[in-house]
Amino acid sequence: MLSIKNIHATIEGKQILNGIDLDIKPGEVHAIMGPNGSGKSTLALVLAGRDGYEVTQGSATFSGKNLLEMPPEDRAREGLFLAFQYPVEIPGVSTTNFIKTAVNEKRKYRGEEPLDAVAFLKRLKEKMALVNIDQSLLSRSVNEGFSGGEKKRNEIFQMAMLEPKLAILDETDSGLDIDALRIVAKGVNQLRHKDRAILIITHYQRLLDYLTPDFVHVLYNGRIVRSGGKELALELEEKGYDFIKDELGLTADLQAE
Amino acid sequence: MKEELNTLEQTVSSDYKYGFVTDIDTDIVPKGINETVIRLISAKKNEPGWMLDWRLKAYTQWQKMEEPKWPNVTYPPINYQDIIYYAAPKQKEQLKGLDELDPELRRTFEKLGISLDEQKRLSGVAVDVVMDSVSVATSFKKQLSEIGVIFCSMSEAIQQHPDLVKKYMGSVVPMTDNYFAALNAAVFTDGSFCYIPKGVRCPMELSTYFRINTENSGQFERTLIIAEDDSYVSYLEGCTAPMRDENQLHAAVVELVALNKAEIKYSTVQNWYPGDKEGHGGIYNFVTKRGICLGERSKISWTQVETGSAITWKYPSVILKGDYSIGEFYSVALTNNHQQADTGTKMIHLGKNTKSRIVAKGISAGYSNNSYRGLVRASKWATNARNYSQCDSLLLGDKCGANTFPYIEVKNTTAIVEHEATTSKIGEDQLFYCRQRGIDTETAVALIVNGFAKEVMNQLPMEFAVEAQKLLAISLEGSVG
Repeated sequence: MLSIKNIHATIEGKQILNGIDLDIKPGEVHAIMGPNGSGKSTLALVLAGRDGYEVTQGSATFSGKNLLEMPPEDRAREGLFLAFQYPVEIPGVSTTNFIKTAVNEKRKYRGEEPLDAVAFLKRLKEKMALVNIDQSLLSRSVNEGFSGGEKKRNEIFQMAMLEPKLAILDETDSGLDIDALRIVAKGVNQLRHKDRAILIITHYQRLLDYLTPDFVHVLYNGRIVRSGGKELALELEEKGYDFIKDELGLTADLQAE
Repeated sequence: MKEELNTLEQTVSSDYKYGFVTDIDTDIVPKGINETVIRLISAKKNEPGWMLDWRLKAYTQWQKMEEPKWPNVTYPPINYQDIIYYAAPKQKEQLKGLDELDPELRRTFEKLGISLDEQKRLSGVAVDVVMDSVSVATSFKKQLSEIGVIFCSMSEAIQQHPDLVKKYMGSVVPMTDNYFAALNAAVFTDGSFCYIPKGVRCPMELSTYFRINTENSGQFERTLIIAEDDSYVSYLEGCTAPMRDENQLHAAVVELVALNKAEIKYSTVQNWYPGDKEGHGGIYNFVTKRGICLGERSKISWTQVETGSAITWKYPSVILKGDYSIGEFYSVALTNNHQQADTGTKMIHLGKNTKSRIVAKGISAGYSNNSYRGLVRASKWATNARNYSQCDSLLLGDKCGANTFPYIEVKNTTAIVEHEATTSKIGEDQLFYCRQRGIDTETAVALIVNGFAKEVMNQLPMEFAVEAQKLLAISLEGSVG
């Protein structure tokens, strides 16, 4: 589904990603872990197509298409979803209207008729129950005045509504207390599907207690330095990121959070 | 980052879509202003002596006045001797109906999406079309006259209803009110006149489309609306203009008079040529609009969507004279490229228990400058006066400006005045968030801008709201990528 080969990327001329290879198949859940500054969020934004993140080398195909050539909106319409680390507030635009526009833009791209009000509301109700989101949030402006937990839940709700092929969760656990984390994780688990891949980007292992990955990759200095199964996450949690450094014989100063 | 901002700039810099010129012979008075020109205008319109005297008096006053310098706008000096003060489309005889309208004229209206037939047939809107200063077609007149509503051009009103015109013209905006009002009083060419008799609720929206069409011709319209006791009228004014290189001065005057328990709702969608992307050309829109709630429990409500003009200088105001009267002002002002707007309102509370509400939304993009300027005054007689003002600014990009200048004068201790203001910005973060959800930049900008302006748009009559939404989108979109 997603195949990344030797991706190098820069932001304002600064080299952040130094050759990343990653293959994700439908139904798989991958986790990318790494210390601050290792390039985790950069990878997510490069895949989503954020302006200013320049890919200098390498390739990425998504469902057989050249991902890097597509504008961000087409990547989204092809089924790539990014749950933002910091969801943006959009004053004046109701969450319902926003999601309806997004759903129908995707349908238009695929040559389908827009969902009528009745069909849309039906889907809205279904998915609300799935991710346990309160109706009152949906009539409010997108993320405006939402608590941290509400914002993250809203991301997962949008994911549910848009039914992506690949969902990238960028530090979805950051800023959440344990109850909020559990609710968000439960929502994501509901959305696991044999045709849907999930890429979890996280600093900590705690989200992985609730969302069990099939594969764990450790990102360091813009490169994947180790890959393994879910036990790798536990090892990291136990030993900290320093053990990677030691193992690699590096002297770089790793920041602990 | 540079690249990101460029995308935003491209999105908001689109071409004026209504820039075409209608080829109709016009009857033009020589350039410049002097007593002879004023006499000529008055003669061409067959005006009675009192009207000419009024004009000449205004001209004398105007010569002693100075152009105001306080608005937060800049423009090169205007040469008042280089303006054509009168131009009328040549019409050989009076039209009996819309079918007799000049086909060229009709095509213009169709390009603008104003099909008179459609309007006549579908929406029940009576359209009094002002094209280059003279009304060329008036519809629904018969139906209106049956209930006693007078809706005609100002020229006609001067001929047919001189008593009403004499009584009310200049009663709300005196001829010496300001420099441009005085100029208008001297050289006004036409405009609309509405009179709603006692107890009549006007059954249809009254609508005028203004259009500037002759090179170098200033437009000096005058509108007067009088609502007698217990009457109601909703008036719509919409404008588009063809593309021009030279600046055109527009100095209109609108006066509204509401008597006991009368209500006037005045809605404007303004889309005059704003100039090109470098800021050349475009209309100077220096307008004086004011209403007076003369009677008890009367109400005047202004709603405006301003997207056009190179410079807008406009403060639709309400004088709340009658006890328990209500004034409202709802505004969306959008500026793009090098446009400048200094607009707002004045709410003058004179009567007891008077109320006013101001909702002003400014949208700035490109290199434009958008100022809200508003005055709320509670006089010493205005016991229990209430005002609520809300001014919000939305910025697109980082080269535009937004300012708020609220003036509050309270001379009665029982008056309560509230003012709230916010500023927000459509940034690349928001646009990227939308694009990541499959919503392209243009759609995202339209979504955000319409969301921002919603509270004001909701005040517009339905058919107008649709047009206004399109205008906001057109003014901000068009050339992504």
